Amino acid sequence: MTKRNLALVILGIVFLVFPLVVRSDYYQHLLILAFIWVLIGSSWNLLAGYTGQVSFGHAMFFGVGAYTAGIFVTKLGISAWWGMMFGGIVAMLIGLFVGWVCFRLRGPYFALATLAGGEIFRLIATNWESLTEGMVGILIIQTFRSKLPYYYLALLLAFACVYVMHLIMKSKWGYYFVSIREDQDAAESLGINTTLYKNVSLLASSFFTGMAGAFYMNYMAFIDPEVVFSLHYISIMAILVGIVGGVGTIMGPAVGAFVMVGVQETFRSAFFGLAPKWISQGHAMAFGLLVVFAIMFLANGIVGDWSKIKRYVFRIKPSTI
Amino acid sequence: MSALLELKNLVKAFGGLKAVNNVTFHVEEGEIFGLIGPNGSGKTTIFNSINNYFPITSGDVLYKGKSIKGLKTHKVCHLGIGRTFQVVKPLARMTVLENVTASAFCRVNTIGQAQKEALEVLEFTNLTGEKDKLAKSLPIGGRKRLEIARALATKPEFLLLDETAAGLNPSELDEAIELVKKIRDNGITILIIEHIMKVIMTISDRIHAINFGQTIGAGTPEEVANNEAVIKAYLGEEYAQS
Amino acid sequence: MDVFIQTLVAGILIGGIYCLIGIGMSLIMGVMGIINLAHGQLMMVAMYITFVLSAYMHVDPYFSLIVAMPGLFLLGCFLQKYLLNPLMKKESILPENQVLMTVGMGMVLAEICRFIFTSDYKTVKTSYGGQAFFIGNISFNLPMCIAFIFAIVITVVLFWFLAKTDTGRSIRATAQDKEAATLMGVNSTRITIITFGLGSALVASAGSLLIPIFYLFPDIGGPFTLKAFVICILGGLGSTVGAIFGGLTLGIAESLGATYIGMGYKDMVGFLIFVIVLVFLPGGLVGLKRLIKS
Repeated sequence: MTKRNLALVILGIVFLVFPLVVRSDYYQHLLILAFIWVLIGSSWNLLAGYTGQVSFGHAMFFGVGAYTAGIFVTKLGISAWWGMMFGGIVAMLIGLFVGWVCFRLRGPYFALATLAGGEIFRLIATNWESLTEGMVGILIIQTFRSKLPYYYLALLLAFACVYVMHLIMKSKWGYYFVSIREDQDAAESLGINTTLYKNVSLLASSFFTGMAGAFYMNYMAFIDPEVVFSLHYISIMAILVGIVGGVGTIMGPAVGAFVMVGVQETFRSAFFGLAPKWISQGHAMAFGLLVVFAIMFLANGIVGDWSKIKRYVFRIKPSTI
Repeated sequence: MSALLELKNLVKAFGGLKAVNNVTFHVEEGEIFGLIGPNGSGKTTIFNSINNYFPITSGDVLYKGKSIKGLKTHKVCHLGIGRTFQVVKPLARMTVLENVTASAFCRVNTIGQAQKEALEVLEFTNLTGEKDKLAKSLPIGGRKRLEIARALATKPEFLLLDETAAGLNPSELDEAIELVKKIRDNGITILIIEHIMKVIMTISDRIHAINFGQTIGAGTPEEVANNEAVIKAYLGEEYAQS
Repeated sequence: MDVFIQTLVAGILIGGIYCLIGIGMSLIMGVMGIINLAHGQLMMVAMYITFVLSAYMHVDPYFSLIVAMPGLFLLGCFLQKYLLNPLMKKESILPENQVLMTVGMGMVLAEICRFIFTSDYKTVKTSYGGQAFFIGNISFNLPMCIAFIFAIVITVVLFWFLAKTDTGRSIRATAQDKEAATLMGVNSTRITIITFGLGSALVASAGSLLIPIFYLFPDIGGPFTLKAFVICILGGLGSTVGAIFGGLTLGIAESLGATYIGMGYKDMVGFLIFVIVLVFLPGGLVGLKRLIKS
């Protein structure tokens, strides 16, 4: 077994055992959040980091997934867990529509369009009260009292997502996605149906983010438009998770998820109670400063710069992760 | 020998400007067909019209007797028409091997097969030594060969080469000429745009000359070299008289 | 009928000021190729400056232009020089680095203002606030008319600047082709700094002009940024003339939406236009003009 795989196995065991050892709800919650961000970050990374379509509106898919699960309860009277299955699917359908509208745009204009998309969905969710309960949000009854089932489900989802990303990037799709990123016109001339593959990437991306949203509904038991369609705290956060961890790598978003959740929580809790109160109130400012800092100094992310050893910063190596 | 590719009264206009104005020629199977003309005469636009990079304004393009007008670019590639770009477009952050493997997926489906195909093409184009280097680290000569290698990996029957010799030093130039001949000898018909007279005159079977989007001469290399209109277009009025 | 004309008038008046927001972003988009997602927050800063001058020194908001515009010009230059320009040299997979940086900048600006002024709504009242004059049955809101005139003056001066001065022409050259402009001696670094400053100054002017009719709070920036790029997309990306048409169109559309559909949906109008333009008219109004010509 390679050193790398060994490290991953050890990490896996640590995660499996964690909630049994650390029985604090608070820390379990933090890890669950981190797992959710692994899902969102990895999906965003597939579309943006690997396929080069930088979405500024991933909140669209997250929120749609969350609301699918929520509406299953409020309108259909069935358990939100069914929403888990459908959350991803509905998000994919939204993704198809978004792709149709937005893929005709390149670069910053694509980013802009997805940003607008996220905001449009937020407005729809706020105003279409008969469907979404508007600003009031959706409140459901939590299925489990203990955090353990949620923890293990989130861990499973996160692991499955990263593994699927790994498989995708090792396949023909992986080559095609990166070719589109590097030079869409050249890719097209080489026989790659760029429209098709951009949409494939988008579908996979929106599916996992949608699932994350549906899981969030089940876990937090409360959502509202401001939270799940948030531009800064979902869409931009997804981008940061990708950037800080390492865009265009498999493990990058996973690393980024833990770092970002950790840093955010550190500020929100005023360094876990060790620092003066006003630090906590400044957590939004800290987030903004973090964006500035990350873009300026960490453009390649933690995992990205890790492979400085071989002097290749972003290569896909089909034979290894 | 049958016409593999045929352009019939091809017109490509950008707004009011006709970049390609009523061009007609055909390329026979197994030929190396040269396309020459001064800068901006519309040569690359013709290529862009053939693989539908830009839609044709009027006229037709026929491949193996069937119109391919309006066919999506990636489908044109699947049909068997490969293409290189004048300003090379390497997939910069992928290695040379990855560049060509990506192209090979046009014809095969698994990574194993694609890599095998890619390695063969790299051998053919003398790039095996560079296979693990990032495409962006190659000098211009390597990039041009990579451009060709990628197109070859899609297993074309017909290859559009756009100024593959520009920017090369004399020894690289000779290698490039040899490579083009080798490609033709492997059964691929070639339509080549070239500026460098040495290259195009020595390897072309037939040549078509254009200026301002219109045909000004056609025939064998000798005929075209002595064509007054062609000389005038390249060298100016005075030289045409002599 | 009167209601319709009234709505049109209101729409044109506010549209004129929206133009300033749109032109600013359009310039930045044209020269740097980035979408300035901090545009609304820059306007917010100008509005707070105007508020301070009004509340503590009783300066009329329209005169605060004299302070707000140069102030934001300097702020814009500073931001471009120290936060955005350095990114141009960095190699990264994400080409949208600069756009992301503007997001960060915007957040920090908003939070700084929240820290200083709290999230409370602030207002700026003018003595002639509610006054209006009438032409026939149509009322013309006085502050808005004055603001509209200011907007026209500023726009005219700007176009004169772009057309007649060296710096202005350098800006236009850089917007058309940065490399070519650099080869011809234009210092593109300096131009990007000046352009961002100029864009900021323009949106600052819109802020000062609009503050009498809006409640001011730290989160006011977001919706205006969105309005700015709806205007840009509507007018045709990077086109300053297009931004004028875009601004007027948005103003009129919002006004019509507010009158005939309902106040709550006013913001949706902008988005609707955005989606419609994206789907059916990618070149914006300028692209439509070209289409009609050919």
